[in-house]
Amino acid sequence: MTRPGAVQVAAQPVMALRGCGLTYPGETPVHAVRPVDLVINQGDHVAIIGPSGSGKSTLLNILGLLDRPTEGTYELTGIATGELSDVARAGLRSRKLGFVFQAFHLIAHRTAEENVMLGLLYGGTPRRLRRGIAREALARVGLSHRVDAVPARMSGGERQRVAIARALAVRPALLLCDEPTGNLDSANAGAVLSLVGDLNADGMTIVTVTHDTAVARRAGRTLTMRDGHLTESGRPQDTWLGTGHGIPS
Amino acid sequence: MGFRRSTRGDRPPTFTFADLLDEAISGIVQRPSRTALTALGIVLGVGTLVAVLGLTTTTANQISQRFNVLSATEVLVKAPEDTGGDDGAGSSRSLLPEDADDRAMGILGVVNAGTFRTVPADFVGKISNTSVDPGGYQDIDVVAATAGFFDAVHPTEVQGRVFDRGMQERADRVVVLGVNAARRLGISNLDRGPAILLGGVPATVIGILGDTERRPEVLSAILIPMSTAGDLWPTPAGVAANEQMLVDTKMGAAPVVARQVAFALRPDNPSALSVTAPPDPHALHDNVAGDLGQLFMILALVCLVIGGLGIANTMLVSVLERTPEVGLRRALGAHRKHIALQFLTESGIVGTIGGLIGASVGAVTVTVVSVTQGWTPVIQPWAFLPAPVVGTLIGLAAGTYPALRATRIEPVEAFRR
Ligand SMILES: Nc1ncnc2c1ncn2[C@@H]1O[C@H](COP(=O)(O)OP(=O)(O)OP(=O)(O)O)[C@@H](O)[C@H]1O
Ligand SMILES: [Mg+2]
Repeated sequence: MTRPGAVQVAAQPVMALRGCGLTYPGETPVHAVRPVDLVINQGDHVAIIGPSGSGKSTLLNILGLLDRPTEGTYELTGIATGELSDVARAGLRSRKLGFVFQAFHLIAHRTAEENVMLGLLYGGTPRRLRRGIAREALARVGLSHRVDAVPARMSGGERQRVAIARALAVRPALLLCDEPTGNLDSANAGAVLSLVGDLNADGMTIVTVTHDTAVARRAGRTLTMRDGHLTESGRPQDTWLGTGHGIPS
Repeated sequence: MGFRRSTRGDRPPTFTFADLLDEAISGIVQRPSRTALTALGIVLGVGTLVAVLGLTTTTANQISQRFNVLSATEVLVKAPEDTGGDDGAGSSRSLLPEDADDRAMGILGVVNAGTFRTVPADFVGKISNTSVDPGGYQDIDVVAATAGFFDAVHPTEVQGRVFDRGMQERADRVVVLGVNAARRLGISNLDRGPAILLGGVPATVIGILGDTERRPEVLSAILIPMSTAGDLWPTPAGVAANEQMLVDTKMGAAPVVARQVAFALRPDNPSALSVTAPPDPHALHDNVAGDLGQLFMILALVCLVIGGLGIANTMLVSVLERTPEVGLRRALGAHRKHIALQFLTESGIVGTIGGLIGASVGAVTVTVVSVTQGWTPVIQPWAFLPAPVVGTLIGLAAGTYPALRATRIEPVEAFRR
């Protein structure tokens, strides 16, 4: 992986989906994500846009190792995840992935700092280092003055920044955002989006799911989801290959 | 970014015991009132358990204490009622020899020994204090006793004095009154050497027995030297004298004394006497522990089970309520093991706290009950010390199912709304 700010000579894939899809079983199976090939490179900022129920969150759950695809393969930082045990997948989640979701998902009765430390708890960061790392992460999102505040006493924008701090504290290979501004007013949304933009500028690979085109415009690359079908709407010359097979690597 | 990279693929997990405690305690303090209610079940269960065990040992101790001091050191020798009559040989003399007290005192372990018998009321006739009540009584017991008898009943309060050997040998016309008999006869002051009439025979009151540890019935009686009684009211042939001997032994000597005393008194015919030794104190202890104890023990166990079910129930509700939190932890990399351990630790801590408080509540209960009853509270360490551990174990057992339920929560559930 390249270091932040380094000039990228040849983009390296952070993740690759090959024929990857998810069908929810049932009387009438829901093809939430149709089989798709997708490569996302180091430093990319990808927006996935689409109407409600089109399968965006389902795809993000696959990328986040929160759900297993029902077909195809998913490779994260070169590791084939299909055969991994639950424990190994949990390990990958804690070390390679960061999550920022619409509803913040902070633990209500714990301080900003403790919530950020929670991101480090299960990932192998020694106990004595966690507080320092959490403070740095909170400083990075501009919340140094709010380390001891509990979520109930914070604005929506502050809460989302705590969630971002929690995600980036582990220096994830891939930051996954699902409607990160969905619960925010435009001012707070703007602050969060520029923060996400800054992180990407520092070299972090980011996938943002949204149905807000204003959010999508900030991304370098936009994919559109419709009825489980993912199509490239941004730069077709990139690695997007529709539903075909075989990804150049 | 400025902060140091802390994660590598092959780094071993560093989720420590301190982390586990942090997370569990934070879960517990999250809802203090619910935690308190959850612990309450255990408090009641363990409290009842400790109280029952404590009260059982306290009452048992109470009984064996009395028992130790009095009953356990008491041997009673009786000359069976129905004897000596049919041979028609003159006036009935007791089966006990004249020097019975001395013979008994010769046995190793005997502290005091005294002979006594109740003189039949119709032998005595009316009893009165001439200066106060010329009418007189027929219902005051007259007990003939030797000097040794006074030692054997353990008088704790004596006004004046009791018989001595001299009075007994001379068959003096003297009496000692039990305090209740003295009250009835209107005698409270011995300064002017009061006398009473026993069926017309005057006798000087030399003492009043205020209280005794043994045979409190003598407090309602008039005591007269054995020899004097024999002179005044000889037992006719064919009527049993019903003499008895009260033997006061050293602690633990009673069984041995009981075995020897009949032979010492009547080497020619030991089987003519019946000897009553104290019952086995352990049997008594077991009885007490058995009767009431068992009932309350069941009650305590029921409380514990209810307490456990209470914890299980609240933990289960808590797990369901905290599904998003659990999902989040899983999304952040927690293994199922971490989740299970966290909930188990939470219920274990709540159980321990309940056990600690319950043990204290139980101890206080035992103390309060004992003090109001005038008992010495006895709480065995084996009943008290493991109480918090009992709480812990119940907490862990009760938390097992909720913890297993929590492990079934999938990470994807964190972000579902
Ligand atoms: N657990 C599930 N079981 C069955 N069907 C599901 C499940 N989760 C989602 N679906 C269905 O899969 C489809 C895609 O859902 P998904 O949540 O990915 O949509 P989305 O694009 O994220 O929508 P939104 O913008 O409203 O969040 C929907 O039709 C949804 O009803
Ligand atoms: Mg969605």
